[in-house]
Amino acid sequence: MTATAQETELLADFEQTLARHDRIEPRDWMPERYRKTLVRQIAQHAHSEIIGMQPEGAWITRAPSLRRKAILLAKVQDEAGHGLYLYSACETLGVSRQQLTELLLAGKQKYSSIFNYPTPSYADVGTIGWLVDGAAICNQVPLCRTSYGPYGRAMIRICKEESFHQRQGYELLMTMMGGTDEQRAMVQESVDRFWWPSLMMFGPPDAQSPNTAQSMAWGIKRDTNDELRQKFVDMTVPQADALGVTLPDPALAWNEERGHYDFGEPDWDELTAVISGDGPCNAQRMAHRRRAHDDGAWVREAATAYAAGGGDR
Amino acid sequence: MTDTTDNPYEGLYGGDASHWAFGTGFEDPLATLGDTRVPEGVDPRDLAAYAVMLADDALVLSHRLSEWCSNAPDLEEDVALANVALDLLGQARLLYARAATIDPESVPGVPDGSPVPAEDAYAFFRDAGEFRNVGLVERCDEDFADAVVRLLLVASWRLAVMERLRAGSDPVLAAVAAKAVKELAYHRDYAGRWVVTLARGTEESRRRVQAARERVWRWRAELGATHPVEERVAQAGAGVDPAAVDDEVDAVLRQVWDAGDLDVPPREAVPAPRGRDGHHTDALTDLLEEMQSVARAHPLGRW
Repeated sequence: MTATAQETELLADFEQTLARHDRIEPRDWMPERYRKTLVRQIAQHAHSEIIGMQPEGAWITRAPSLRRKAILLAKVQDEAGHGLYLYSACETLGVSRQQLTELLLAGKQKYSSIFNYPTPSYADVGTIGWLVDGAAICNQVPLCRTSYGPYGRAMIRICKEESFHQRQGYELLMTMMGGTDEQRAMVQESVDRFWWPSLMMFGPPDAQSPNTAQSMAWGIKRDTNDELRQKFVDMTVPQADALGVTLPDPALAWNEERGHYDFGEPDWDELTAVISGDGPCNAQRMAHRRRAHDDGAWVREAATAYAAGGGDR
Repeated sequence: MTDTTDNPYEGLYGGDASHWAFGTGFEDPLATLGDTRVPEGVDPRDLAAYAVMLADDALVLSHRLSEWCSNAPDLEEDVALANVALDLLGQARLLYARAATIDPESVPGVPDGSPVPAEDAYAFFRDAGEFRNVGLVERCDEDFADAVVRLLLVASWRLAVMERLRAGSDPVLAAVAAKAVKELAYHRDYAGRWVVTLARGTEESRRRVQAARERVWRWRAELGATHPVEERVAQAGAGVDPAAVDDEVDAVLRQVWDAGDLDVPPREAVPAPRGRDGHHTDALTDLLEEMQSVARAHPLGRW
């Protein structure tokens, strides 16, 4: 059999597996572009968890009650844990955590644009839980059924934990809304800042999302960006009502005919700017990660040397 | 996969807390502890003050460890240090809650109308001079070696204290200690392994762990210094005299120094003034200024 004939047969097997909605596993043959797409997506997700520790982590030392301090610390710790699962999933595709970290630090791999927004208020801890984790869950729940086994299994656990984080965030906002006028104003102000960036978390509109069709054909992605965005809006509007906050979109209205909420167009130029590095906190987030990585180099080297046989001294 | 996972908002209504990776013990800290009577023969004010001392040690060290979050050398260390910080925070909360039930007068005053629970009154509405932690826990870490050497010292000492406190006459402190022993055994093991790893890793790591130990070691002696409150509570059978565990702590530390091929540092004189009397360095003032900033900016707030 020629190399090409063999490859055609492997490709047919691969496509049959996808058609049966079975999982592709690490030792299965897969097209190189499928592997690369997965590495890009899982790495971006892993990096998002790690960079995502910063905006909320900044409030751990200032959490206003011991209970909130414990909740927040545990949440940020979970994010580190999610990063670990996802880097491990990526390693099954033949790329090490170290390589991926270097690609992140070199600016060659991305993380979610949402973490380039600042968190100037404690209410942001709640808003990130409610809106940002809520949007992340909408994105991620379908990934529990993604075609690549290790990724799908990591996502099942991550989604369970994320939904808990989301509940905690919402509960913080609810508690603050029952507090002082100043606290209610903090919640509204925070929601105003995070609403549009949360909608942008689903990526550009379908018409401008070149990778979506291929990713859906491969069963990596299960829904389009716009479908997920709509789902998020439909779920969130009643939550906002229950909370007693308004969402900063005059176009937001129930559409009886469609059975969905209509909503305004996010500022896609802003998304483009944030993705290409010009968001409010891009430089700060990367500098933080680079500093932590550099400061820890001697510790990692010591651990490697010690593990290799009692050290090199 | 079933479609139940398709509703991400299910978590908002469901009550299944097992979904959280690292536990959810954030509600009423004393809920699981039954008998809360104060034992006979011990002055309630002393016992409350003693609980606050142990709580302050835990809270302040927990805070310092939490500063490592997103700054640790590797993800595993981010997770582990946060875990230790969470354990200590949990111990602090139980101990503050206990202090408040033993002696309600010991709970700091909060602004009129404030809904702040007792544990937060202790944490957020006292100034540095009212904190009773040992000096060792308040200092800033200069590097990861500082963090693990300090943790080794504190965990070794606190584990020895808590092992004895399990048999103390106060049922709540004994129950807190029983839980703490399991946690501190892990903390000590984690810190000890890292000290040995750094001592035997590279030239650089050995230099750093030795330097860290020199910086941290001057705070060692204070751990073994008995405060009058500790002495009275220990004599009444409800607490532990730190002097009684001093040799045991040294023996544990010596094992780690030996494993790391590090010399045994000499004991230093007990520094004065001391944290148990409310004498602290600027490091604690700065720490509290940050920690208390939001709570104090919204004294009537609900969180």
